[in-house]
Amino acid sequence: MQFMLLFSRQGKLRLQKWYVPLSDKEKKKITRELVQTVLARKPKMCSFLEWRDLKIVYKRYASLYFCCAIEDQDNELITLEIIHRYVELLDKYFGSVCELDIIFNFEKAYFILDEFLLGGEAQETSKKNVLKAIEQADLLQENNNTSCSMGLLLS
Amino acid sequence: MPAVSKGDGMRGLAVFISDIRNCKSKEAEIKRINKELANIRSKFKGDKALDGYSKKKYVCKLLFIFLLGHDIDFGHMEAVNLLSSNKYTEKQIGYLFISVLVNSNSELIRLINNAIKNDLSSRNPTFMCLALHCIANVGSREMAEAFAGEIPRILVAGDTMDSVKQSAALCLLRLYKTSPDLVLMGEWTSRVVHLLNDQHMGVVTAAISLITCLSQKNPDEFKTCVSLAVSRLSRIVSSASTDLQDYTYYFVPAPWLSCKLLRLLQCYPPPEDGAVKGRLVECLETILNKAQEPPKSKKVQHSNAKNAILFEAISLIIHYDSEPNLLVRACNQLGQFLQHRETNLRYLALESMCTLASSEFSHEAVKTHIETVINALKTERDVSVRQRAADLLYAMCDRSNAKQIVAEMLSYLETADYSIREEMVLKVAILAEKYAVDYSWYVDTILNLIRIAGDYVSEEVWYRVIQIVINRDDVQGYAAKTVFEALQAPACHENMVKVGGYILGEFGNLIAGDPRSSPLVQFNLLHSKFHLCSVPTRALLLSAYIKFINLFPETKSTIQEVLRSDSQIRNSDVELQQRAVEYLKLSSIASTDVLATVLEEMPPFPERESSILAKLKKKKGPGAVSVNELEEGKREGGELNGGGERGGDSSAIASTPSPSADLLGLRAGPPVTAAAPSAGSLLVDVFSEAGVNDDGFLRFVCKNNGVLFENQLLQIGIKSEYRQNLGRMYLFYGNKTSVQFVTFTTTVTCPGELQSHILHIHTWNSLEPLIEGGAQVQQVINIECLTDFSDAPLLNIKFRYGGALQNLTLKLPVTINKFFQPTEMASHDFFQRWKQLSLPQQEAQKIFKANHAMDTEVLKAKLLGLGMALLENVDPNPENFVCAGVIQTKAQQVGSLLRLEGEGEKQVFSLPYYPQSFNRKNCTLAVSLEHSL
Repeated sequence: MQFMLLFSRQGKLRLQKWYVPLSDKEKKKITRELVQTVLARKPKMCSFLEWRDLKIVYKRYASLYFCCAIEDQDNELITLEIIHRYVELLDKYFGSVCELDIIFNFEKAYFILDEFLLGGEAQETSKKNVLKAIEQADLLQENNNTSCSMGLLLS
Repeated sequence: MPAVSKGDGMRGLAVFISDIRNCKSKEAEIKRINKELANIRSKFKGDKALDGYSKKKYVCKLLFIFLLGHDIDFGHMEAVNLLSSNKYTEKQIGYLFISVLVNSNSELIRLINNAIKNDLSSRNPTFMCLALHCIANVGSREMAEAFAGEIPRILVAGDTMDSVKQSAALCLLRLYKTSPDLVLMGEWTSRVVHLLNDQHMGVVTAAISLITCLSQKNPDEFKTCVSLAVSRLSRIVSSASTDLQDYTYYFVPAPWLSCKLLRLLQCYPPPEDGAVKGRLVECLETILNKAQEPPKSKKVQHSNAKNAILFEAISLIIHYDSEPNLLVRACNQLGQFLQHRETNLRYLALESMCTLASSEFSHEAVKTHIETVINALKTERDVSVRQRAADLLYAMCDRSNAKQIVAEMLSYLETADYSIREEMVLKVAILAEKYAVDYSWYVDTILNLIRIAGDYVSEEVWYRVIQIVINRDDVQGYAAKTVFEALQAPACHENMVKVGGYILGEFGNLIAGDPRSSPLVQFNLLHSKFHLCSVPTRALLLSAYIKFINLFPETKSTIQEVLRSDSQIRNSDVELQQRAVEYLKLSSIASTDVLATVLEEMPPFPERESSILAKLKKKKGPGAVSVNELEEGKREGGELNGGGERGGDSSAIASTPSPSADLLGLRAGPPVTAAAPSAGSLLVDVFSEAGVNDDGFLRFVCKNNGVLFENQLLQIGIKSEYRQNLGRMYLFYGNKTSVQFVTFTTTVTCPGELQSHILHIHTWNSLEPLIEGGAQVQQVINIECLTDFSDAPLLNIKFRYGGALQNLTLKLPVTINKFFQPTEMASHDFFQRWKQLSLPQQEAQKIFKANHAMDTEVLKAKLLGLGMALLENVDPNPENFVCAGVIQTKAQQVGSLLRLEGEGEKQVFSLPYYPQSFNRKNCTLAVSLEHSL
């Protein structure tokens, strides 16, 4: 995988993870272009598209689009399930995750992603193991939470 | 999971994020951010030492601001400080900031690396993982240098925790991708391969990505992974859906690992060991069988995971391309998916079938789905799926179904999305050419193509149809008739006018017998389009008109009148004006015989690969995969482009398609000497490999640096240096326009025997395919002279400028004299050797007239530039010059002597040239020298 982007229906970037070295300028250009392309697609269209010499795999969960760029020989369907597993991880961690959780706890979203994917490859696909690693970090912390009122990603 | 901790409650951060979200405008947001930045800056600069928590909070705010898309130019130091905190969350935020905002400030990198080193040796697994994640996220060369040696040790050490092993494996993969030279597995290789046997599925999942990447680069060292991968796969495939516990995903056992295993196997040929192979075939059959079983869950995740494995298995089957039974089963399975209600599956099935179509075992099986695919092309609502269908039709096309497929693609073109039209046009053109049984069908198809999608018909396509019509006399009459009819349409595409103008100019006589298409009718028809056309097309039409004068003397006065009109002869475009003037003059002063010779029908084009095919090859995507197949088919079947068929091309050397001649070959005719050099690049024959421009070449005989070529678009400069039999040439390509050149490619070829053993040319660095306006790029070529040679290597340059293909071939100024080593010798020696060289093949003499009046100093400089030593005071006659040198080739060294004798007022030189063994080559050198004087 070359990169993963999370953005809202309004085109606001919520998370970006780059697994190939690119300049900030290039990243911004790619993001702009892809957000536009993906948002322009209709709901029933297929989740894959060719873009430059990459394959884009995307899926929408509630108000958020999850979008991955993979290389020619990579498997589209398994990438779709990578996205789903990530959403499941977020959901399990935040408890019915919504876009606001990802905005206010963006650093957690990055930490979870790092436990799951590293260097663009699946590192640990077991939900239990990933969450175990994350929770270890939280053990020392006080509990504090904000309720969220937006549409849930997994419903 | 109830009320999970959602961070450690950085209240200030939450407030700040809310503030930003409440901003009503971009300006308000920027204002709020600037206020925050000022606040953070003052905190960081303040006298009071910040505690870890505050530091973390502010670093996190900066990160948030950066991720919003704003620039951050401070805070790096504070983030680095966090790395050495012993509070996990502070460390974690520090690492996140570094991962996202790393810059190559060397001072910081040193500090960061230090912190990473401490964490790696801390033996605290969570700290180690954080450090490894950071390396993997940054992946810079500096980090590779610092840690590439250490990480393999962590990866294979017996006491390393599983989670650390996982991170280490993928961290190493990332470093290997950036700096393969620094990651040396060596002694660790076998232990890394054996991670495939690890008990922990997570470790296997992570390690296999590393192993796959390493196997691609060093297949031999890692080949033991094949049998390990097969047995691992076999265990997963045959396990019950609950065996693997948390690694089962929606009732599918370990889908990610299965896909990765199948992917790894695609780095290798089928296993040689019969038992391993048997086990693998069994696995593949099981996977295919499972696809037929009823689903264990209705969730899309279940079917996606299952099918992900299935598609990966099919990829492996196609990769092996040796099991007919599996190939056909795969094809049938994909056939089912073609009609599946999931768009994703239809898309993937079309894509995967494209590669199946090129296997001899499954080509026929793929063809049985033609109706479904055509239907997909017509009815799919998603353009990306239609594109796949078009690719598949192209891939499954052969002689038996070509007419049907081409017809379907043509009708699809009428409504096709703009984004894919050009590629569709190329594909139709290629299929029509390759499978043309009768050429009238071919001509019809291409003309239809122009009619339906004229804007997308590139030059290659219409050049090609003309080339084929010229080469096939059985289709010329039909072509003339068809273009004549096509031109009747009130609005026809400019490309149609070009093809029409060209073909009628050549073969209009074949239909002139019919009063409905008499010469004057033809002319009037063409001329009625003239004013709507662009300059290059008008230029082409003018050439067609002069051809008409030759074909049909009765049109002469009408055409002359047109040429004479102010709008032609005083046209503001210099090219059009020049053509009008010259053609008018030619038609009035040349005799019929001269006209007939100059304006003779074009001789056949030499046979060469279709440039359309070359163009399509550049396009990526599965559709292009089958291009090789097509080419093979072409060699067996098609001889559409049979150049030699019309007999010897001895016909009229004067009108042989010459390098820079336009398609009508007019400029090669002797009376039309001065066609404008600018000549709209459009009219340069893009097919012609013979189109060599050697104006610049001769200037370089006596010098090594300078401008080789220059036109309005491009300047090519050369710097070269030679030592003994080796040379290095720097080529500088400068874009003189303000528009970028795209798909810029250069190739250096050595024609004929030059390639096989005379000159060894090695291009050093490849060029970016894009040159920005005003920019210059550099290319280095290494040259080795193996033995003597006379031809020069050719440099071909292709690029697109504002959509138009530019194609240029230049002789690279590599001449034998570049390998001269000057030799000093005394008068006595010189003449003694001179006399010894008396055999005819040892000498060459040439008498020629100098191009310029020569001044001694200029002459000396030129001779020095030739590379030999200029021997002063050797020849008794001061008007003569003598030189000596040794030509250095890899095979031998050849001494050469040269004497240049001036006569009269230095207008005429005789050039006896005495090499010891170069026989026919010496003439080349003499000629080169002659030109340069």
